[in-house]
Amino acid sequence: MRHLLSTRALGRDEAIGILDVAEDMADVSQREVRKLPTLRGKTVVNLFFEDSTRTRISFEAAAKRLSADVINFSAKGSSVSKGESLKDTAQTLAAIGADAVVVRHHASGAPAVLAQSGWIDAGIVNAGDGTHEHPTQALLDAFTIRHRLHGSAARGKSLDGVAVTIVGDILHSRVARSNVWLLTTLGASVSLVAPATLLPFGAEGWPVSVLYDLDEAIAARPDVVMMLRIQSERMHAAFFPNAHEYSRQWGLSDERAARLRDASIVMHPGPMNRGLEISSAAADSHRSTVLEQVTNGVSLRMAVLYLLLSGSTEPRESQSGPAATASTGPDQTTIEK
Amino acid sequence: MSENLGSGILLVRGSTFADGTRTDILVRNGLVAELGAGLSATGATAIDAAGLLALPGLVDLHTHLREPGFEQSETVLSGSRAAAIGGFTAVHAMANTSPVADTAGVVEQVQSLGEAAGYVTVRPVGAVTAGLEGVRLSEIGAMAHSRARVRVFSDDGTCVSDALLMRRALEYVKTFGGVVAQHAQEPRLTDGAQMNEGLLSGQLGLAGWPAVAEEAIIARDVLLAEHVGARLHICHLSTAGSVDVVRWAKARGIAVTAEVTPHHLFLTEQNASNYDSRFKVNPPLRRPEDVQALREGIADGTIDIIATDHAPHPIEAKDCEWDAAAFGMVGLESALSVVQASLIDSGVARWTDITRILSEAPARIGQLSGYADGIAVGKPANFTLYDSSASRTFGIGDLRGKGVNSPYLATTLPGRVIVTVHDGYTTVVDGELVDADVVAERARAWRTQKLGTGTHTAGAHHG
Repeated sequence: MRHLLSTRALGRDEAIGILDVAEDMADVSQREVRKLPTLRGKTVVNLFFEDSTRTRISFEAAAKRLSADVINFSAKGSSVSKGESLKDTAQTLAAIGADAVVVRHHASGAPAVLAQSGWIDAGIVNAGDGTHEHPTQALLDAFTIRHRLHGSAARGKSLDGVAVTIVGDILHSRVARSNVWLLTTLGASVSLVAPATLLPFGAEGWPVSVLYDLDEAIAARPDVVMMLRIQSERMHAAFFPNAHEYSRQWGLSDERAARLRDASIVMHPGPMNRGLEISSAAADSHRSTVLEQVTNGVSLRMAVLYLLLSGSTEPRESQSGPAATASTGPDQTTIEK
Repeated sequence: MSENLGSGILLVRGSTFADGTRTDILVRNGLVAELGAGLSATGATAIDAAGLLALPGLVDLHTHLREPGFEQSETVLSGSRAAAIGGFTAVHAMANTSPVADTAGVVEQVQSLGEAAGYVTVRPVGAVTAGLEGVRLSEIGAMAHSRARVRVFSDDGTCVSDALLMRRALEYVKTFGGVVAQHAQEPRLTDGAQMNEGLLSGQLGLAGWPAVAEEAIIARDVLLAEHVGARLHICHLSTAGSVDVVRWAKARGIAVTAEVTPHHLFLTEQNASNYDSRFKVNPPLRRPEDVQALREGIADGTIDIIATDHAPHPIEAKDCEWDAAAFGMVGLESALSVVQASLIDSGVARWTDITRILSEAPARIGQLSGYADGIAVGKPANFTLYDSSASRTFGIGDLRGKGVNSPYLATTLPGRVIVTVHDGYTTVVDGELVDADVVAERARAWRTQKLGTGTHTAGAHHG
């Protein structure tokens, strides 16, 4: 894998391959010494033009568990906020010797522009771009669903037949977009639930079903309900009248959560607005995977960095790749794309 | 007569007019002196035009020359050179300069720079509102009565969105026999807009520029124009719905004219799918259905003219993420080739239509005289010789302005301009620009001749 820019471009086998490597990485995380020497000598730069402590520390933990050197470059308070261009920043990182750049940017497509530009040769991982995509979030969500459903037998499995309902601000959500493409590629059926103001124009042309009514969606007994963070500033732009009405119509209340099947899971990419899009009881119930998602995020991002940076043609300092440490892992030829 | 004009006599041999007629063209004293087969003239500079199409000089009603104020993007001289190599002999320079062209001083300066450069006739467009701020009218009367005799007024780049102000502008401009050229974009519906709103914008996560934001303004303005009995020109139509609204307005007898750019006839929103900011333009590239509707609008006369919206930008304005990139693309150098590909090679229009929509009609809307009859005896010699059988991979080497933000780089385009003649002197020969100082000298001699003889042509270009 040269870059990870979107889930839309991922094929089914490739996506399953990434999830399988993440299973290996999760096994590593269970060990007493949770560290692999695989990426020793490699430099991973976390280039964040937007604040996102959660995503950044997840990538940082992932890179460090693979023994990579990590540089955190926050655009806030740096030369970027004084007008330095994306191009100059990229060329600076290239000159420093970055092997991979994990980029979070407020502009949709900025990681794709970096990958195509020739400004920098490093592998680019999209850690969230504007309202476009957040592919590692979707991959960790898929990983979490698959692991809940299949446990240690998850390797090689798809999400065929799994019904996923995504609720909330789809319009502004890169998480929703990445999940729509990835989950459908993996065989899940996806429905979107939101007020019409918060659905992207043309969403009826997506490979999903679109509903306005959360109760109707819950009555269809989905396997997964994914709640998205709602930003209260949206009400000022007339997307909905006020938080109270939003919560009443599209919030996962205790009462709605109780109508879910017992085996259904409740997901949230975080950070949550408790009491707005999700009740505390729903967020803390046995159905909730919120903390598992965080844990799995590290394993999944380890897998992505591993696939990006440990190309089979390059000389390796150590033969101890994840397959060598995880007895049930796939063989090297299938994971080293 | 200046020595640099040579004999001042050009003899174009064996050219083919848009209607298929084969004819020689004899140019003397800046005018077309004679048309017909087997012409001869002693001392004439001969141009072999066998196999070349002779088209009347192209007139662009919508050009951004950037001077004064943004000379790093383009100057009147560099933009004039881009125009000449594209077969143009007249351009209308939009008002969004710095300072804005909202006073007599600025439009006279732009006019003078154009005359000094000499490659094309530069007609300044005046701002509708002071500073393009959309609050109060600019000095429309002063600009109309200035030496530049401005007749087209536009806030292009922004829409005159206030309905009352637009009404007043239509009425006030009517007083001076001019026309308001509206950039139709409802601002609230396009807040932060980045590309056409549709399935693709939703996937790409780019804020949408909905078709209705254009169509609603056009609908409002044709009704306003009808109500106050004014002329209205709509800049760069981009949607199928806009074509429908203009078609309806014309059927109703409203005095509206409409333009479309070459890029809206040729490119679609799909070009934006990898965030290549060369394809970021305002109004945005639309769906294939819109491109089809625009072509049909040309075919049935709903759309009157093609104008380039040539919008040069410095490299750094495009060498960045999509959101941060400037809107606009250069278009003068590629316009005729793109029009050939979109309309001629696809069978939508004939070359006689092209002479109308790229020369006669834009000159009429801009009240630029001398273009009403095409290449005709006794009229100023403004024409271009075009090799429609040529084909080239368009590259930076084909650009002559300062901007390299062309969406056609590495695209194979048909046709090539071989010769351009402006006011009787060559600005392009053998597919290359004549040197700037030679052109400037020829232009100076032409002006001296006009002043000296006081012929009818003196007013012809400032009508």
